[in-house]
Amino acid sequence: MTFLATGARGTADLRHAYLAQVQRRRLYSGLLTILFVALMVSGFQIAQARNAGDFLNGITHIFDFPADIVDEAIAKAGNLPGHIWDALPPLIETINIAAVSTLIGTLFGGLLALASTRGLAAWPRLIVVFRRTSDVLRAVPEIVIALVLIFVLGAGPVPAAIAIALHTAGATGKLFSEVNENADLKPVEGLASVGAGWVQRMMLGVIPQVAPNYFSYALLRFEINIRASAILGFVGAGGIGYELKNAMTFGQGKLDEAAGIFIVLFATIVIFDQLSGVIRHRLTYGDA
Amino acid sequence: MLEVRNVSRVFGQRKAVDNISFRVDGAQFIGIIGRSGAGKSTFLRMMNRLTTASAGQILVDGTDILALNGAAARAWQSQCAMIFQQFNLVPRMDVASNVLHGKLNSRSTLTTIFNMWSRADIVQALDILDRLGIAEQAPKRAEALSGGQQQRVAIARALMQDPKIILADEPIASLDPMNAQMVMDTLKRINTEDGRMVIANLHTLDTARRYCDRVIGLRDGRIVFDGVPADLTTDAAREIYGADESFNEDATSTSLPADKVAHLHVLPMAAQ
Repeated sequence: MTFLATGARGTADLRHAYLAQVQRRRLYSGLLTILFVALMVSGFQIAQARNAGDFLNGITHIFDFPADIVDEAIAKAGNLPGHIWDALPPLIETINIAAVSTLIGTLFGGLLALASTRGLAAWPRLIVVFRRTSDVLRAVPEIVIALVLIFVLGAGPVPAAIAIALHTAGATGKLFSEVNENADLKPVEGLASVGAGWVQRMMLGVIPQVAPNYFSYALLRFEINIRASAILGFVGAGGIGYELKNAMTFGQGKLDEAAGIFIVLFATIVIFDQLSGVIRHRLTYGDA
Repeated sequence: MLEVRNVSRVFGQRKAVDNISFRVDGAQFIGIIGRSGAGKSTFLRMMNRLTTASAGQILVDGTDILALNGAAARAWQSQCAMIFQQFNLVPRMDVASNVLHGKLNSRSTLTTIFNMWSRADIVQALDILDRLGIAEQAPKRAEALSGGQQQRVAIARALMQDPKIILADEPIASLDPMNAQMVMDTLKRINTEDGRMVIANLHTLDTARRYCDRVIGLRDGRIVFDGVPADLTTDAAREIYGADESFNEDATSTSLPADKVAHLHVLPMAAQ
């Protein structure tokens, strides 16, 4: 059966070595699984001990508040269409904040990504600087940036847009640079061979390859930013979040208004999710 | 054993494979030649069910394998191994695991997705690697190997399937002449020693002449040549490739000078 006589002895050694390696690998994965389960169990116990209330007793009350909202919405069902109509102007403000911040954020994210991808960067020594920049932008929560900016600039949509744009730049900087790493460098080499400069190489060699992925991530980011800008409304950035906060405050009897806002918000996110899903699918797989 | 009946494949307006039929009895080494886009790859991919045929039947021992669906189609795929030009191994997994993938169809999903294989399977994979002379590569990642070695790993994966038929889609087009010869020798030995049918798409005529029992020439999706290698004259080749008088296969031949010398030696001996 053998083509090449490795020698019975050599073959036996090789076989033994490989089987031993398989055994070792299985042992490690088994130990890791045990460790993982142990950490999960002990983690739950610590969390339970640190909880002010009791998790198992508290969990049954989780649905009390949503139940209140549903009860009140049903009781005043006639008011719902009016509430939904009233929620539309602040909703448009929220979507606008999200759109502006996505546009500005992804533009900066694209620049950060090109400057921080190995093999593409114009200044390879500064890769670390650009990477850490997008790390920092990503690490600071939007709500913290927004609170600081609202303190400085006053309440309104501008601080919210800036806060979300900064976070978006950091997040897309990371995502886009991973897209760039998977880009084929051969076209870039081809352009370099004809004497193209860095901007030309990036715009003509890299962007056509990565544009569908960039766009897809940008759309995903837009969805996330709609949610983020709704949340920022809670701290005074305007939009639908501000209305929701006012309506949700306990004991005002405005829970039916909150229900209307929830319906609008939910519908918006579903619509944009579906829409961006369709567009992303078309970008990835073509028109078919 | 293998009968291809009026098989066609249409991409949009273009007929990639246009109503081809042929019959193969016994474990022959079949070479398919033709220029790029002649439908060679499409035909092999239809046989392996990677591409769906537009019309026709392919009968293997009486069963129309183009009509199989689901689990039956996957079972057929496991009996008809495919070797690709670019090897198509999983680059980040070790060589032995890549070979073990040949058994995926007959093993449970749960154990295989965690790369858990029985001792017997692992030993078999290592034996096949030993047979192909690359046993010492077993623990390395597939991507760390040279092209010729990777193609032999792909052949080992094919052998692990214990297939009736081995389909090779331009198996040596990415290899240097030395490795190309080693891979073709290996395929030929599997053909003669194990009695498995091999159907190989080939780019070089001298390879087709040297290794094949029968050569099928495709042009624009149709069979324009079907015969023994001895009939594959320069004129026949011009017909297959649609080339004119200026076509000279020696200009791009990859055969080593030693081959030519060996052929020349035969002549005086035959004259004696």
